[in-house]
Parts: sequence; structure tokens; C-alpha cells
Amino acid sequence: MRRKVGIVGVYQTKFERKPEQHVQDLVFEAVKGVLEKTGLEFSEDGNGIDGTVSCSQDHWDGWTISSKNVVDAAGGHLRSEEKVAEDGAYALYYAVLCILGGHYDCILVVAHTKESQVDGRLIENAGLEPLYSRMLGLDFTSCAALQARQYMEAYGVTEEQCAQVVVKNRRNAMDNPYAQESMILTVEDVLSSAVLSDPIKILDAKPVSDGACALILAEEGKAKRWTEKPIWVEGLGCCYDRHYLGYRDLTDPLSLKEAAKKSYSMAGITIPHKEIDLVELSEFYSYQELLWSEGLGLCDPGGGGRLLEQKQIPINRSGGLLSGVPVNVAGLNRAVEASLQLRGETGKRQVEGAKTAVIHGTGGVCGQMHCVITIRRGF
Amino acid sequence: MAERVAIIGLGQTEHCYVRPDVNHEEMINEAVRKALEDAELSIREVDAVIIANMDLFEGHYLADGMCVDGAGMYLKAGFKMNTGGTCGGTAVATGWHHVASGLFGTVLVIGWQKQDAASSIAALLTAREPLYDRGMAAGAVGIFATMGLRYMQETGCQEEHAALARVIMADNARRNHHAHLKPELTVKQVLDSRVLVWPVRFLHMSPTSCGACALILGNERRAKRAAKKPVWIKDLETVHRENAVWRGGCVEPKPTITAIEVAASRLYKRNGITKPAKDIDVWELYTPSSWALFPWMELLFICEKGEAWRLVEKEAIRIENEIPIEPSGGVVSTNPIGASGMIRVVEAALQLRGEAGEHQVSKKAETAITTAWGSANWVVMFYLSNRF
Repeated sequence: MRRKVGIVGVYQTKFERKPEQHVQDLVFEAVKGVLEKTGLEFSEDGNGIDGTVSCSQDHWDGWTISSKNVVDAAGGHLRSEEKVAEDGAYALYYAVLCILGGHYDCILVVAHTKESQVDGRLIENAGLEPLYSRMLGLDFTSCAALQARQYMEAYGVTEEQCAQVVVKNRRNAMDNPYAQESMILTVEDVLSSAVLSDPIKILDAKPVSDGACALILAEEGKAKRWTEKPIWVEGLGCCYDRHYLGYRDLTDPLSLKEAAKKSYSMAGITIPHKEIDLVELSEFYSYQELLWSEGLGLCDPGGGGRLLEQKQIPINRSGGLLSGVPVNVAGLNRAVEASLQLRGETGKRQVEGAKTAVIHGTGGVCGQMHCVITIRRGF
Repeated sequence: MAERVAIIGLGQTEHCYVRPDVNHEEMINEAVRKALEDAELSIREVDAVIIANMDLFEGHYLADGMCVDGAGMYLKAGFKMNTGGTCGGTAVATGWHHVASGLFGTVLVIGWQKQDAASSIAALLTAREPLYDRGMAAGAVGIFATMGLRYMQETGCQEEHAALARVIMADNARRNHHAHLKPELTVKQVLDSRVLVWPVRFLHMSPTSCGACALILGNERRAKRAAKKPVWIKDLETVHRENAVWRGGCVEPKPTITAIEVAASRLYKRNGITKPAKDIDVWELYTPSSWALFPWMELLFICEKGEAWRLVEKEAIRIENEIPIEPSGGVVSTNPIGASGMIRVVEAALQLRGEAGEHQVSKKAETAITTAWGSANWVVMFYLSNRF
């Protein structure tokens, strides 16, 4: 009989450029926050948190073994702490497996990044294979531009539709006190903003941001004891696509489809757009929200734009990444927002009656790897 | 635990200083093919792939993404773990949790480092806290110098004993064709090698190796059909500790309780191991310097405090003798960092299978303990057994 794993509590810092804070401060704030919210402590006797899964990247921290940086703030002193060097959604995914396997009952998951302290373009360039791609000077934005253009050409998706994603998410962010950049924009504002890499304009891309998120998971019995509002993790899926852009059909997010398929089948979801009440996905660029909705099976290939216009499923009610969430934290922040929604604690951005939510995290160039987690309200 | 976890396949490259003939993806591929061959499996039968690597050493951001084809990860689940020197061990733990969860039947775990691609020391310089620590204790040599000096002061151990430990490792490594450094060494040669940070000499430190290691873990159902005798990973324990040198983070064996002691106590207690030196047949420890061997033997309760150097003096740790430690030649002979923690598990499994060839221990090997070490004296420990 498989165990059930529940989200007991969540915390997120305000997302903004934080020149006055060390990365360790970010983690400390998030961990302290979630401990205070849940009243839980680190413990050896099964009455509290017995392991930590952290998420960060050496490159973004400028620190070999970036978890070393935060091990004490994350409760890792003379305790178990393991670092997932991938998007934050993967850290959540891994923590769930750790509890399912029975070695741990309760795990703290924490992710941080301080994007403002480094030049992200250099890091992204180092994220490309060194012999053939890196020396071309590509970064994730210039690669994303290739993907965006190819996607638009293939399905007749327009720059206006992409701009609508920005308008929606920045507007949504006005209801989210943790969001970095919120404003009322028009499609015209987005279209006329400076070009980064055609067709991606500066407003089509995620702003530079700093922050951290923390979340506590526990097995069923403890989760029920520790919270009146448990959120159950019911579906897990992650998957890799190829690295070389030339090997991939960039308009077809294969690895996302595969990850979603696994996650949905575990959660017993057969008709995603009918059974999912809420989606928090990782759109580093506006076109990705459309393309990822297709990959998540919410609509047919090429139907992302129409899905947006029909407003059937609330996607990124939080404001998404376009309102400013740091890389790595992105996936875990999706989990935090989706959990708060299911708990009914999101105030003005609340989606009424939401029971089932999907969390999406991604990493690598043009969405090379994806992680999809399905959660359900447990009360 | 939902599922017991067995090692059903293993493989590693021949480790060496430079591999100009391959890129990292091709190097990984060599280990993966060997592991699949050993397990008599096709990559199609693998459900998930976990990667371990220290990103900044080669300067690759998301290095896992770049080796999808070579590692056989295309359209498979998986991700990358990085916890420093321990990451090979952490990745095995990650694979273990995957199988134990009941969601994955067969998991491939890969650790690698290609240290000819960049300067590991340059990357290691960033491993310390930048305001207070970075200027004084970069790299690993300083850690082992404090460790060795302290150990000598407290126990009566002499430089000759650490040199003898190094000679024994070299003797073991010469019997293991995968090992990187296989010199014919004498105690005098070690003592004559140049001082890095006294008492650590050049020959006391591990090399900067290139290499990859792959391990295939399976659940009970898979293990029953395994090509080779399955070796069970019965239990595991990860213990980290804080980093700041000025709070004692990297200075061992004092002033506070160490991560290794904590991990060993927990693991032994859960598994009824009361006399480690007797209950455990083979030890594969992650000792990047021969000086680390003494304190760690004691912290693992192999012997009383202050006695480890006497055991080494009696050569009890040799392959033929009663407490075989690092029959593979250990990390001081071979250190492709991201793989090193995993190689310990692979070598221990070979011993328990009875397939270690020339470096097979003389006693009957049924249980083994392996450690992965890294960062601020962090440790990942595994307890392996032949018995289900």
C-alpha cells in the first residue's frame, strides 16, 4: 500500500531585487517563515521535520556546492540535507519520493536564487553544450526566440497573442502582494517594448528577481495531524528532451507531454482541461505559456492562443514568472501558489472552488526538461 | 519502506588524468554501456536516470541536459544532484528513494567528473563563505592538514603511519585495473614527496581524475530476474553540517560531534550493528587524503579513539587481513569527484558479489559499509549486504 504525501505548509518571500540581502538571508527568511506558519521544528524523534531537500545552482550562487551556502539556514546541521540541482519543482518531486520510500516522514523543501548578483546570460551560455553551441554566443533568450518564431510560423500564433499573456499575468500580479512587477499594460505596450531577440521583447521576458520559497511535506497521518488543510500530492512526472536544438522539433514539447502523461495517469486525470481547476506553469517568456498549455494537454497543438482567449482554465493567476520569480525558485513558487489557492488563502487572486491544481517546472534550453505535479485539496 | 533496493548492474570507466579522446557525454556513455552490459539490460528497460556532477568544475550549467543522448536519458524521468564531493553518494541515495518509493522498477545512476576540462582548484576556491572563510581555507588540502596535525598531536601517530596507509592504498590500486594512480610506492618515497600543507604531502592527496561510474538499481521483482547476484542496499544515512570554518564547520575531529559519527551511530543502531569491525566485512571509505583515514576509522567506530594508526601499523586494513579498507585503492588513488562516492558503492558491490578479481578481499564478504565525503565534512553512508 503506497503512502500518501501531503503539503502541510508553504512560505514565499516577496520577490524583488534584494541588494541588501545575502542568499543565506533569503533562505533563512523562507525557512523561518514556514516553521512559524506550521509550528513545526526539526526533530529526531518523528515529531517534526526529519530531512531537507534544497534547490539551488552553483552558477547562480557563484559558489561551488551552493547548498553549503545555506545548509545551516535550511536545517542541515548534523541532519540530512540533499540538493537538487534543477528547477524547484524537481525538489518537491524528489521530496515526495523520499517520503513514499519510507525513509523520511516529513521533509522541508527550500529553493533560492539571487538573480541580481550575476549576469544570467553568461550562465545560460554555459548551459549550452560547449563544442558546437556555446561559442555561437547563444543564451536561453536567443534560443527561445528561435523556438518562439518556429512555433508562431507552425501554428499561426501571433505576437499579439503572446503579448496578451504578458498583459494578463502582469494584471494578475496586481492581486499578488509577493509579485515583483504588476501593472496594467496594453498589448501595444508589450509590442512596442524594446526587442531582446526577435520576436521576444523585454516585456515578453521574465524580469530579474531575487527570492526564496519553502514548503513542508509530510506523510498522510502526520499531515492530517499538523494541518487542517492538507493538500495531497497525487501525480508526479518529469522528463528529459534532447539538448541540441537541431535534434528537436521545438514546436512540440515532447518531454512536457510525457511528464504530464505520467503525472495525470498517477492522479487519475483523463480529460485535463475538464478535471484541472487551476494551472501554475513556468513561462520564462510569454509564448511559453501558450506552448506549455499545449504540452500540458489543456488544448490541442497550436490551440494555446485560443485557450488564453477563452479563459477556460485559470493559468498563472499569481502573475506567473512574467511578474518576476527567480529561476530555480520558479517551480517551487508554482507549488506554493497552487497550494495556497487550494487552501483558499490567496485573497484577491483566489480561484473559487479549486480542487485540483497542476504545478509545472522546467529547466534547460527551450524547455528541455519538464516536471509536472498534480495536487488535490484534501479537506 | 515500500520496496527493497538492489544493485543489479554496475560499470565504470578506466580513470585517468586526461581524456582528450572523449567529451563528457561520450565518457559517461562508456560507463552506462558497461553497467547495462553487466545487468544484461537494454536502456529501454530503465525508468529513470539520476546524474551527479559538480557543475562549476567543468563550468557546465545544467550539465545533465548536455549529456541526454550519451546517458540514455532521452524521454526518461530524472534530474541532477549536486552536494559536492558527496554527490556520487547523494545520487545513489536519490536512486534508492526512487526505487523504494515503488514508482520506479529500474533506475540508472551516473556520477562523473572530467577534470581535464577546467581547473578544479579554481572552482574549489569558491567553496567557502566569501566574507570570512574564503581567504584562509580554500580547497581540501588545508582540511586534511588540520586533521592530520591534530591527529598526530593527540594520538602519537607519526608521519610514517600516514605514509604507510598511502603505500597500502597504492598496493591495492595496482590490483584494480580501473584505478587511476597505480605507483609502486615505499614509505620513504611518500615521506620524500613535497609538502603541500604540512603534514600533508603531495603523495597524500588524491589526483584530479577524469572518469564516470554508472550503477543500476532495481526493485525486488527486477532483482529476482537479475543477471548477476543482487547486492542489497539495506540502509543509508545522509548527514551534513554547517560550513563556517570559524564555527568549527571544517575542522575535524574536534571541536564538536562530527557528521560521520552521527551518521554511523544512526545507521548502526537501525541495523543492529554493534561491533562494526566484526559485523562489517569490507569498507570502502571516501578518503581523499591518507591522513583522513585514521580519524574516520575511529569516527566510524572501527576501533577505539586514538587506535586507528596502530591498526594501520599492523597492516590490518590490507586486502588479505581482518579489516579490509578500500581494497579498490580508494579515493587517494582515483578521484573523479562526482563519481567517487558512487565508485565506493560499486566497488563494495563487486566485493560482495565476489567479482573484484585481483583485489577481492580474502575473507568471506557479506556486508559492506561505504561512505561519500565532501563539502564541510558531510557524509553519505550506505550499508550493503548479500542477504535479502
